[in-house]
Amino acid sequence: MTLNTLTIAAARDGLRKGEFTAAELTEACLSAAAEAGALNAVVHPTPDLARERAAAAEARLRQGDAPDLCGIPLGIKDLFCTRGVDSQAASRILEGFRPEYESTVTAKLRDAGAVMIGKLNMDEFAMGSSNETSVYGDAVNPWRRQGDDARLTPGGSSGGSAAAVAADLCLGATGTDTGGSIRQPAAFTGTTGLKPTYGRCSRWGIVAFASSLDQAGPMTKDVRDAAILLAAMSGHDPKDSTSADRAVPDFEAMLTGDIRGKVVGVPREYRMEGMPEEIEALWAKGREMLADAGAELRDISLPHTKYALPAYYVIAPAEASSNLARYDGVRFGRRAKLGQGDGVTEMYEKTRAEGFGHEVQRRVMVGTYVLSAGFYDAYYNRARKVRTLIKQDFDRVFADGVDAILTPATPSAAFGLGEMADADPVQMYLNDVFTVTVNLAGLPGIAVPAGLDRQGLPLGLQLIGRPWEEGELLNAAYTLERAAGFVSKPGKWW
Amino acid sequence: MSIDVETARRVAKLARIAVPEKDLPALAGEFNAILGFVEQLGEVDVEGVEPMTGVTPMRLKRREDVVTDGGMPEKILSNAPDAREGFFAVPKVVE
Repeated sequence: MTLNTLTIAAARDGLRKGEFTAAELTEACLSAAAEAGALNAVVHPTPDLARERAAAAEARLRQGDAPDLCGIPLGIKDLFCTRGVDSQAASRILEGFRPEYESTVTAKLRDAGAVMIGKLNMDEFAMGSSNETSVYGDAVNPWRRQGDDARLTPGGSSGGSAAAVAADLCLGATGTDTGGSIRQPAAFTGTTGLKPTYGRCSRWGIVAFASSLDQAGPMTKDVRDAAILLAAMSGHDPKDSTSADRAVPDFEAMLTGDIRGKVVGVPREYRMEGMPEEIEALWAKGREMLADAGAELRDISLPHTKYALPAYYVIAPAEASSNLARYDGVRFGRRAKLGQGDGVTEMYEKTRAEGFGHEVQRRVMVGTYVLSAGFYDAYYNRARKVRTLIKQDFDRVFADGVDAILTPATPSAAFGLGEMADADPVQMYLNDVFTVTVNLAGLPGIAVPAGLDRQGLPLGLQLIGRPWEEGELLNAAYTLERAAGFVSKPGKWW
Repeated sequence: MSIDVETARRVAKLARIAVPEKDLPALAGEFNAILGFVEQLGEVDVEGVEPMTGVTPMRLKRREDVVTDGGMPEKILSNAPDAREGFFAVPKVVE
């Protein structure tokens, strides 16, 4: 049996039945990861640590009473600080940074007995939609177009996490999502990705991009695994003042597959001009599947949708310019080699010029501009007001009785690495057109694989839930997953 | 609003990122593309709308104003590019 292909739920049950050991499960993932260099998904492998944790997990399992994730091999996005292990947000400026502390989310996973197999590739500081801004080089999608060996993007920013899960290098992975960075890569790789309600998972110890939008979440092989992993990542943390002091429900127990009588909204503004026919057809199929399961489908309007991306591209860079001010070559990471007579200003300027990649520099400077005197009101404050209106759009439909909202996850299937190299930056930003509203409104959203396009690439649908109702959302996603019956896996070429 | 090379130079300076003179025109062009895209926010009627500060209506938690952590200078300095005698070291600031 190839243990690395198991779901978290199946591995959990197998470990308890004594069908295999945590060590065997971990070795299966470590060898799969070692053979998958061509995917460039695991950028800092941690085999020694993994073996140590697997042994400890095995002991716990034998005593009985071990948490769900005990002995489960996971990959961790490089954005999470992990004690003693390189954590550099895929940036040159954090080269060699080994934190003295552990992020709250990864500490929870560690304490639950999960086995970290390594750190995963991503876009630099989570800024990108194709994993092409990484200092480690591109992560590569395990999926290919039929009869074509062109390398495709696994999406971004959590591209390494999506590739690793799709290629069975680990059973699940952590991701983070600021504008779609969990859901778009999940859709591009035929995996499941959930962005929780803002405040569900602690942000402490996760390298900050845009603090009012960032949320960590699970990336898994199916919806049940997303429920299990989310429960382990969630919970209040006094070290993150925006983390919510709320009980974490048993999400897995809420997967009944019964959504009879639930109202699913279909927002007319998500019908974009020039949207590929296949995406439109997939969306129609999703509506049909939910209706067949007994949900009431309702046309709804979210009138400010069009303004979500432009608002995001003011707010996110503004917050990034402030968050990334800490990379100054003084306290951690890289400092540029200085010339004779260079002072602190030259140290800052040279360090940040050689430490930040092009996209990060661009966003930091756009953020600096929109926050600068004279433009603060015209750009930043206006964007924050539009954000209020976007949230009110959702508040209104939820107040009208809508339980969940169904949309496409992405405007296309995975595209080729390098294909967007000459495009205007705004073209790349359009990848997030269906996902970014959810971050602006702080809502939970999940991408579920629902079909293949005519080139054989996976396509995903997105469900958006009410705040704090990830359990209901997961159940709707579970129903959709069962109806879609998506079981395709990429053929192994790596 | 169009960004010229002079503005691009000023923004780079404010952001403390050294941008070579020859790269400034391209940078200004990219700023213009992005700001041109966000320009459409001007169409929205935001009269009387409060700018969002936090997405979750929640009062921030309070705690005792006391020291909860500290006493670990070696750990704090362990990742510094240059540290001496328990301090971060930087190039000379004052002549």
